[in-house]
Amino acid sequence: MVAADAADSVGLVTPQRAEFPEGLTLACGRRLTGFELVYETYGELNADASNAVLVCHALSGHHHAAGYHSEDDRKPGWWDTCIGPGKAIDTRHFFVVSLNNLGGCHGSTGPLSIDPDTGAEYGPDFPPLRARDWVHSQAMLADRLGIECWAAVIGGSLGGMQAMRWALEYPDRVRHCVVIAAATKLSAQNIAFNEIARQAITSDPAFHGGRYRQQDTVPRDGLAIARMVGHITYLSDDAMADRFGRDLRSGNFELGSDEGVEFQVQSYLRHQGSTFSESFDANTYILMTRALDYFDLAREYGDDPARAFAEAKASFLVLSFSTDWRFSPARSREIVDALLAAGKSVSYAEIEADQGHDAFLLPIPRYLDVFGAYMQRVRNT
Amino acid sequence: MRQDLTHIQQWIQPGSRVLDLACGDGEFLARLQSERDVEGIGLEIDGPSITAGIARGLNIIEQNLDRGLANFRDDSFDTVVMAHALQAVRYPHLVLDEMLRIGRECIVTFPNFGQWRCRLYLGSRGRMPVSKFMPYTWYDTPNIHFCTVRDFESLCEERRVRILQRDMVGPANNSGVLARAWPNLFATTAIYHIAR
Repeated sequence: MVAADAADSVGLVTPQRAEFPEGLTLACGRRLTGFELVYETYGELNADASNAVLVCHALSGHHHAAGYHSEDDRKPGWWDTCIGPGKAIDTRHFFVVSLNNLGGCHGSTGPLSIDPDTGAEYGPDFPPLRARDWVHSQAMLADRLGIECWAAVIGGSLGGMQAMRWALEYPDRVRHCVVIAAATKLSAQNIAFNEIARQAITSDPAFHGGRYRQQDTVPRDGLAIARMVGHITYLSDDAMADRFGRDLRSGNFELGSDEGVEFQVQSYLRHQGSTFSESFDANTYILMTRALDYFDLAREYGDDPARAFAEAKASFLVLSFSTDWRFSPARSREIVDALLAAGKSVSYAEIEADQGHDAFLLPIPRYLDVFGAYMQRVRNT
Repeated sequence: MRQDLTHIQQWIQPGSRVLDLACGDGEFLARLQSERDVEGIGLEIDGPSITAGIARGLNIIEQNLDRGLANFRDDSFDTVVMAHALQAVRYPHLVLDEMLRIGRECIVTFPNFGQWRCRLYLGSRGRMPVSKFMPYTWYDTPNIHFCTVRDFESLCEERRVRILQRDMVGPANNSGVLARAWPNLFATTAIYHIAR
């Protein structure tokens, strides 16, 4: 039996495409004259369109969140742990929509697309994006799919930030908001790591000011280093110690041996970096990290997240992971406290997990239980 | 439902806002929500209990009372309830202060260590009581601050906490007459309705 046939898998899925020739004016003031979004759906939309759930992806995510594209796929979508029949987001009850965000490099309009105004690829000239641009484009997709109000908007990390922005921008279109391992804004440390990633990319000689495709090259090394830095921040010290320790992949420390040594963690990181550099666009990475850096939920609400949340009508579930140091539990508690101060309906759980920020993608029993319990409530209300 | 919870239900105004500290699996809060139409939030630290509370459709927040309640505003709740947890917190008096700051009224229940069985056990055997009601050994117990009815009332007096009402629960199958007449000796659980 292939994995796609498993009872808890959504099985084989086919990406779909929606065109929006009407365009969109972005937060930066520039206008996309037309754009496309690529998306997948799992489950069936019910007659009154009340069971729709939007899944927002994080920095390097895309529309393929669950199931398989072909029988030969080795891995399912990035959040297959949580989406499927009988899973936390149960596709027997929910109609799940997952899209590649605007500016992405997996099929939606982004730096790799042709700018209709110039007839050339956008490349580094793609307009800067904010989380709210994603939210507005997602709302246009919801209109297209006949979804007036989401039963829930759900996301981890940068996806959680989009979910919160949804609750403020479209309070009448979100009944529940699930915010996992996120924050109301990035810390200086977060921005610093993103800056290292961008510097790694832009200082790669193959970057060519972002016009690498015209030179028929790709800033692979820079992109790989960017991913390596990012990846370290997704794992915890303990997780790396458990998984790699100081184990050697090659070489030894014997006296008299001048053979070089390679630690397992080095080879793992390099593998992560090189795989990523083959599949991700450098301009998109820069664009996405900038959108993350700019995100500040409360900026136009007097820097008071409680005032920001006063706009929201949704009920919230906030989840964090004990060893996540990228968006630590303290950052999630800030979200919870702001929601409490705003008098909103909120539940919060801090999941004990060794895996750091990446935990939100992993099958941690307590995480799946509490997430599933809340989704049960989403079904009932 | 535990007897002390049945007793305190009557002190909670319909439609009020209730904060339940150490709410367990949310059974009490769920009942308040359905029977008294309250708007409730529960705080809890036990994982499975939090999941159970959320599964009931309640708003449950994972928060350790020993780390304070600074995230709740003054007078933001009509009633703050803490049932059978006073003896388990690091600084009971500070938690009480916080409860009284956040709620207009508070309800506290705790096991009465002055009850005659405890006294008899300690007096005759010379050892810390272990029973069905208090099943833990002294060295491995969540209950680190046992007190008696009198201890609690003297704390209230010291800190100028007003006792609005009190009720007492005796051992099972007992009408509670003795517990109400001589609480420090006969009550197994003490129930206090207090305010600033």
